[in-house]
Amino acid sequence: MNTAPELVTAQLLAVENVCKSFPKPDGGELLVLEHVNLALKAGQIVGLLGRSGSGKSTLLRLIAGLDEPSSGDLAFRGAPIAGCASGIAMVFQSFALFPWLTVYENVALGLEAQHMEKAAIRKRSLAAIDLIGLDGFESAYPRELSGGMRQRVGFARALVVHPDILLMDEPFSALDVLTAETLRTDFLDLWAEGQMPIKGVILVTHNIEEAVLMCDRILVFGSNPGRILSEIDVTLPQPRKRLDPTFRELVEKIYVEMTSRRSGDARSARSERIPGSGIGSVLPRVSSNLLAGLVETVAAPPFNGTADLPKIASDLQMEIDELFPVAETLQMMRFAEVEGGDIKLTPEGMSFANSDLHGRKQIFARHLLNYVPLAAHIRRVLDERASHAARKSRFIDELEDFMGENDAEQTLRAVISLARYAEAFAYDDANEMFSLENPV
Amino acid sequence: MVDLVDRSHRFAFVRDVATRWDLVAIVVVIGLLTFFAEASRGLFEPLLKLSSEPLSLDPVNLPFYAARTTLRMFAALALSLAFTFTYATWAAKSARAEKLLVPILDILQSVPILGFISITVVFFMSLVPGRVLGAEFAAIFAIFTSQAWNMAFSFYQSLRTVPHELEDAAASFRLSPWMRFWRLEVPFAMPALLWNMMMSMSGSWFFVVASESISVGHTNIALPGVGSYIALAIEQGSLRAIGWAIATMFIVILLYDQLIFRPLVVWGDRFRFDQEQGGHVPESWALTMLQRSRLMTALRAVFNAIIRWTSRKAPRPQLLLTATVTATRVGRRADLLWYLLLVLVIALAVWRIARMLIGETTWHEAAQVAGLATLTMLRVMVLIALASVVWVPIGIWVGLRPRATQIVQPVAQFLAAFPANLLFPLAVYGIVTWKLNPDVWLSPLMILGTQWYILFNVIAGAAAMPTELRYAAQNLGLRGFLWWRKVALPGVLPYYVTGAITASGGSWNAAIVAELASWRNVQVKAHGLGAYIAEATTAGDFHRIILGIATMSLFVVAINRSFWRPLYYFAERKYRLS
Repeated sequence: MNTAPELVTAQLLAVENVCKSFPKPDGGELLVLEHVNLALKAGQIVGLLGRSGSGKSTLLRLIAGLDEPSSGDLAFRGAPIAGCASGIAMVFQSFALFPWLTVYENVALGLEAQHMEKAAIRKRSLAAIDLIGLDGFESAYPRELSGGMRQRVGFARALVVHPDILLMDEPFSALDVLTAETLRTDFLDLWAEGQMPIKGVILVTHNIEEAVLMCDRILVFGSNPGRILSEIDVTLPQPRKRLDPTFRELVEKIYVEMTSRRSGDARSARSERIPGSGIGSVLPRVSSNLLAGLVETVAAPPFNGTADLPKIASDLQMEIDELFPVAETLQMMRFAEVEGGDIKLTPEGMSFANSDLHGRKQIFARHLLNYVPLAAHIRRVLDERASHAARKSRFIDELEDFMGENDAEQTLRAVISLARYAEAFAYDDANEMFSLENPV
Repeated sequence: MVDLVDRSHRFAFVRDVATRWDLVAIVVVIGLLTFFAEASRGLFEPLLKLSSEPLSLDPVNLPFYAARTTLRMFAALALSLAFTFTYATWAAKSARAEKLLVPILDILQSVPILGFISITVVFFMSLVPGRVLGAEFAAIFAIFTSQAWNMAFSFYQSLRTVPHELEDAAASFRLSPWMRFWRLEVPFAMPALLWNMMMSMSGSWFFVVASESISVGHTNIALPGVGSYIALAIEQGSLRAIGWAIATMFIVILLYDQLIFRPLVVWGDRFRFDQEQGGHVPESWALTMLQRSRLMTALRAVFNAIIRWTSRKAPRPQLLLTATVTATRVGRRADLLWYLLLVLVIALAVWRIARMLIGETTWHEAAQVAGLATLTMLRVMVLIALASVVWVPIGIWVGLRPRATQIVQPVAQFLAAFPANLLFPLAVYGIVTWKLNPDVWLSPLMILGTQWYILFNVIAGAAAMPTELRYAAQNLGLRGFLWWRKVALPGVLPYYVTGAITASGGSWNAAIVAELASWRNVQVKAHGLGAYIAEATTAGDFHRIILGIATMSLFVVAINRSFWRPLYYFAERKYRLS
């Protein structure tokens, strides 16, 4: 598609060597984006695909001018981005409509901010509303609308300012499956027909199929710190069919890419080399029900211990953002191996699946204390103390050497949840104290 | 597809001349105009006229008095709103200012404002010497001090909690700060602000009664109004006149509730941020009327045009985010300067206060005042405990029965608005007649007006308890003491604490009028800080007024910080059912 020489000059957006870090409470810096490069040319939809925490939304905010990079350059039409540019509009995951304004007023707001004439505002707003299929809803308030209609308002509001680049931050993820598909198709139709006043699109998503369905190029993001793992050009002609074997192949390939070892937590791999540490990895909060549920599902026929992740995801109707943390926690606890887009139970995983509740808890406790360094660390501290008790803040402080405030809180919460299921140690939230009051 | 939005405007004046709603609206509006004209008559008359044209207890005068009083209250409300929009916005937008402004607000919210009246009166009288206007300003300012703080606080909190995605949307569509304020921040804050305006209006009745008829030292001022009428009735010992005053207040409260606040609340409902269709949609006949009349459509168009016009004139948004970054770097040095300035100002203030107090008062007196404050504190605590024992069970009982709630809730809210100081004469009469101990029997007056906050908050809490939770308790066979201990009391705790905090703060304030009450020429006094301040006010002794208020403020703030606030957070964290 980008063969003609004039398209090279039509480079809309250039992101070069961008890093972004946030200050940590202890004064250090937490790196969330590392050396990211991206180019958007006219006529392209570029997808930023990754799990939450991979920095893709941060990158989108940088492009939107809502935030600025720690280092590196962002240029829109050759000029550096500083603040919100008028040629870039955004569609939000949660719609972000003003609930006290009608559909029409919501759409017109962006033009009012540009101090346009009233008549021109009306003409353009009504045209956008018309284009996006909201005819007849002009005087409705957002609360009267369904999620799908609300997001249409979100699209109309972004398109009305005639942006060159449309930024979409997981625009379909708050919608139900059917509505999301309708909106995607409608959007792609308008895009293909060239009816929208936009030249390029950046789509943030954690839905692999959505990325393959909509994008011309996909940038796969890895986490901790957020970075681009690979770039995949999608050359399938539009409209694409989900059941097309080439489509499935591409989805499978991205699954493999995203479950490969190097996609995971780069920082924890680094810290693991330092002897005696290893508590530095951010743990996702995963319910023990989900862990047990996934083990059972994979152990049972038709999978019998080895399952294809895309298949499991569609069977269980889980997004990768929900499925991957569960699979990775199982991997961390050596109940499963995740590699090449497959999940394979270890012998211990199989025996966990086949045990009763009591047996499961024993196996779980053993694995938790053996393979989750933070859990082992907490248990060791509690064992060593005469009082068998320790403050939460003690561990939070330790974790914050490795991660941000929120991640530290989340990680500790995750370990507490796992430890409670394993009955490895107790935690009293009212006093914020760990103890051994009801050990195994 | 074209012009759909504007169609209503275009055809509006063609259809028919006037609907019924238009007629009613016109009558109401002209009525309001007359009221304003009536009420503002005499504002610029010299003070002498007040004494030559004394107040009369003839009930014929009451509508005029009521109009004057109401006008004062709304003038104060407008002032409070202006204060809210500036002060709270400044606090929310500037991290530097926030550090100072928010605590100030917090203190102002919890100190006994009633004690300040005497000080401000002198100030305003000196501004416009010899004219009624000065006294009017003083009264309006006194009412303002009873309304503004909670409104500002609510607005500040709303500004701090504007959803991130809406802020991002506003930034990404490049709304100017001015537009952002009117299109995003004010609408978002509106429901909470309206609710606080209503609370403020209710609370300020108490101050109306106390502020219209003021005597500081040798100056006696009685502005025409319901408050002065009541003061005169007390002086002359006319129970009949008190009855008339109560009836008048009842009508006024009913009127502004129906004509102004209910429509506002219903209208404000659209600004609720939770986007789901609410189950309960409030209704208001007055709003229906306004909305169906074209007058309102026209007014709304004018308002929108003003916003649009001012938005155009307002400076365009800064394109360079980098500007803010350099600002934070420069900020370090400015921070230092700012704090230095603060320290200086505080030092100066401390020095001035100390100099004023040290010259005129002794350590002995300070200790005495602290002792009196302890007495008052004891009263407030015992009273809150007693009121809780009575009203919490009743509130829970009522709240769990929707039909009872419908009847009791508005009554409780009205009683909270009702200035309890109206009933003080009766208590004095009783104490004198039966020779009761004022230290004990004057105390209930302190909580007379404020106990209702406990009641209606508990009712709200019980009514908000999830039905499934109640069914589950029933299903488990929980009853009797166990049910109260495990279900009912924890369920309403966050609401109860909110009510008790308000009641406690209000009671401290009420102490100033309740501990020293009079009927005709009989004065009954209880030992306490309230009586001390009241006596100092009558004597015009500013040193003692300041000492008394400072002590009371210290006590109130200390109790809030050490007791109520921790309890509030505990209740919110552990017992909030969401």
